[in-house]
This record gives sequence, structure tokens and C-alpha cells, in this order.
Amino acid sequence: MNMLINVPETVVADALRGIAAAHPSLTVDVENRVVVRRDAPVAGQVGLVSGGGSGHEPLHAGFVGPGMLSAACPGEVFTSPVPDQMVRAAAAVDGGAGVLFVVKNYTGDVLNFDMAAELAEDEGVVIAKVLVDDDVAVNDSLYTAGRRGTGATLFVEKIAGAAAAEGAPLERVEAIARQVNASARSFGVALTACTTPAKGSPTFELPPGELELGVGIHGEPGRERRAMMTSREIADYAVQVVLDELRPTSPVLLLVNGMGATPLLELYGFNAEVHRVLAERGVPVARTLVGNYVTSLDMAGCSVTLCQVDEELLRLWDAPVDTPALRWGR
Amino acid sequence: MLDAAFMCRWMSVTAAAVDREAARLTDLDSAIGDADHGANLRRGFTTVTEVLTKETPDTPGAVLALAGRQLISTVGGASGPLYGTLLRRAGKALGDATEVDRERLAEALGAGVAAVAQLGGAAAGDKTMLDALLPAVEALGASFAAAAEAADAGALATVPLRARKGRASYLGERSVGHQDPGATSAALLMGALAEAAA
Repeated sequence: MNMLINVPETVVADALRGIAAAHPSLTVDVENRVVVRRDAPVAGQVGLVSGGGSGHEPLHAGFVGPGMLSAACPGEVFTSPVPDQMVRAAAAVDGGAGVLFVVKNYTGDVLNFDMAAELAEDEGVVIAKVLVDDDVAVNDSLYTAGRRGTGATLFVEKIAGAAAAEGAPLERVEAIARQVNASARSFGVALTACTTPAKGSPTFELPPGELELGVGIHGEPGRERRAMMTSREIADYAVQVVLDELRPTSPVLLLVNGMGATPLLELYGFNAEVHRVLAERGVPVARTLVGNYVTSLDMAGCSVTLCQVDEELLRLWDAPVDTPALRWGR
Repeated sequence: MLDAAFMCRWMSVTAAAVDREAARLTDLDSAIGDADHGANLRRGFTTVTEVLTKETPDTPGAVLALAGRQLISTVGGASGPLYGTLLRRAGKALGDATEVDRERLAEALGAGVAAVAQLGGAAAGDKTMLDALLPAVEALGASFAAAAEAADAGALATVPLRARKGRASYLGERSVGHQDPGATSAALLMGALAEAAA
């Protein structure tokens, strides 16, 4: 497998040095693996800290900046960061109004952020947490670790970040983040497996002509394997399973997300099909975002996330944001 | 009797075993998880041995507590907090004693395993590291070798189970037929304990 790396052991540190070189608006602590907006802490503003395994770029470091995250903690590839990173991040962004941890529902992320919250509170930082669990592919949540956190993470970080930028108190920012998560559902499809630098070969075998339905963002297999489908058929399937759980009664935000190796030509074509299905189902789309935002290394495939919004959430979505990967309104 | 030097030896034998078996752990993890278990544990136990070489605590309890803290700070994923908690809680349970016997270590590890179960919200049969640790700690009352054998048997017994915790749980029925990587690494830890005692 040809990869643009030096050695697997340094891929995360190398990428962080590259992020630092590209984005002077960020303070990048390569050794301790913390990416902070350069003007942090902002006095009186709630800090937003997120993090998770690397390999999902631009999530999360690409979403650090005014109007979104205050700091991000990148872990090893597909591995949760460690509590030390989150404690450092929380201390760096606490402007006296407390810090919200945005945590995707994976056991490792949950355990490490829980430990970090305890440690940070020992150091006098007030911490609130929101758990993102939007993935409808995992349906028997009573007996498992629950639904995974995937594409809705972007909506939670953007909208809660806008609320924090407006000066909302911690309880309000947390409540908005929870509302966004409760209003969002996702479904992902893999057309190829991905290859982690450490393993150097695909994480699962997917023969040509087949696809995996219901995948997460860590190269793990999905809930079902089928013969390859057309973009139209995938849109029909994915939107339907999301709508089966979401049943929106007001307009939605739509994220058509690439897993890393699917070109925009295909993603835009897929987006057209998603809009067609939503129109057929009578679901109005307020805003659409198409691109590679929550990726899975070099996996080909896509995910669909819908988030039902009211006027307040839509206003916060439209509010100015200035990060490496998401920027508008200023 | 088991002293601080014994616990250091246990950790370094574990590090060597994890290093030797890292590729196998990662292969098991790629079947039902995300293919990083071997690399993560190797990174953690390598730094544990480095730290213990630089500063060796005086008591067995302090060695395990330091090792546990180091794992939490370096491994990441779910394995970091879970293995870190196992050793830290066992270390705390040993207290300030400069020497302990096997029965005392079994009790302390029992406290560590209980803390792991609480942290992960998992129980026997969920296809996790507990399926190797629970029988091993019980057998440790009899002998080191029995504990290692019980852990191996527990890890093998995860093959037909359906995962109910962690990333493998997202596969539902498709997790059946694969040995759990966490139970496998837990068996390495118990095997290393027997090897250190031999």
C-alpha cells in the first residue's frame, strides 16, 4: 500500500506540524497533541473542546477557530486521545465561563473524556459534556454501547460554537448541543475498506462489486454487505433509514459527507439523489453541505446526516465561522 | 513473597509479550474493531518499562499504580483507561506493604477487575477483557499457572460470543466467530505474571 508518510509512528505528529505550518490562526502543541485557537482563552466565553482519533480530518483540528471549537485533541489514528490532552486543552481555553466537552459515543472517547473531566474539575475548571450518538446503523442500543457518534458531530460543534461565541452561558451551550444531537441522525456506506498506517493493509476485505451498509468512521465493517448499488439506490436506502428514525417536522440541515476517497464529482451526484428523495418525502432542506468533513482515512464511500432545525438553530448555523475547514459569514 | 522488583519484572515481561504479539492483537482487532489494539498496547507498555527503569517505586503497590497511571496517559482508546484502572486499583489495594503473597495479589487484582467492570459497564459474557480476567483472578488463588491457563481459556471462549460492549458491539451478530482482542491481551498479561513468577 503506497502512503504519503514517513513511518507509521509519526503520522499524527507530522500532520500536526503541517497543520501548524498551514494555519497561523492556530496554536499547535505537537508534543502534547493539543490544537488551540490562537486567541484563546476568550474571557467570559464558554470554551468548546472536542477530540477523538486521528484519521477523520478535517474533524476535529480543522474545526478550531472563532465560531466553532476552541481546541481539539487528536489521538493516534482511530484511537481516542488521552485525558492529559483534554485537561491541557480545557485549561488553555477556559475563559472563566467553563468548558463544554463534545464527545463522540465510542467507549474509548467516553472513558478518556470522563477521566479528563474529573481531573480538570480538580484544577478548578467547570466542565459540561455532550455525547454525540447520531448513527442509526446501530439499532439495538439497549444491549450495546449505544449508537456511534459520526456526522452530527459537525452540526453540534458548529451550532454550539456559535452559541458560545454569542456569549451564552455553559448551561445554554450544553442544552443547545444536546438539542442538535437529539435532532440529528446519520447513516454511512463504505465502497472500500480503509487502510490504517499501522496495519498497512485494508481493515476488512470488501470484494469489488460489493459495498458495506451502515459503517462507522473507523474502518470497521458495517451492519450488512450487499452487491454494489447505484448512487440513486444508495440515496433511497440511506435517506429512508435516517427518516425512519428522525421523522422531521421542520426543515433540515443536510450533510453529504465523503469518507475520504470519494471524489466530489460523485458526492455532488449523490447529493442530487439525496435532494430528490427528500423532495419526494416532503422534507424541506434549509442548508446543504457537501464534502469530506468526517472522514475515515482513504475509505471510499459517504454518509448522510440530517438535522432538524428551528429558527434558532438555523440562525446559529448561519452565524460566522472562521476555521481551516469551515468558514463563512465574515 | 512478591516485592517491587517482582512487579517490575511482571511489567517488563508483559511489555515483551505485547511487543511479540502486537501484530496478532491488531489482526484480531481488525476483524471486529479498528485494527489498533496491538500498536496502542505496545506504545503503553513500552513507556511503562521506560518509566519503571528510571524510577523504581519501593512497594509492589506503588509499581502497579505508577504503571496504571502511565497506561492511562499513553495508550488512548478504551484500553488505556481500562488497563490503567486495572493496575492502578490493584496497586492501591496492595497499600504500602513491601512484600505481598499470591493470595493478597489475587485479592488486589480482584478489586482492579471490579473497577474495570464498573468503568466499562461490562459483565462476564459481553466478549471483553473481563472474560479472561475474571476466571484468571479466581484461579490465581490456586496458582500462577492456573491463572494463566484460565485466562487463555477465557479468551478462547469469547470466539462464539456476540459483543455487547465497545466497538465490536456495533457489528452485532457479525462479531460472532472472532476472538476478542481485549480478552487476548488480558491473557498475555496473566501469562506474563506466571512467567515472571516461574
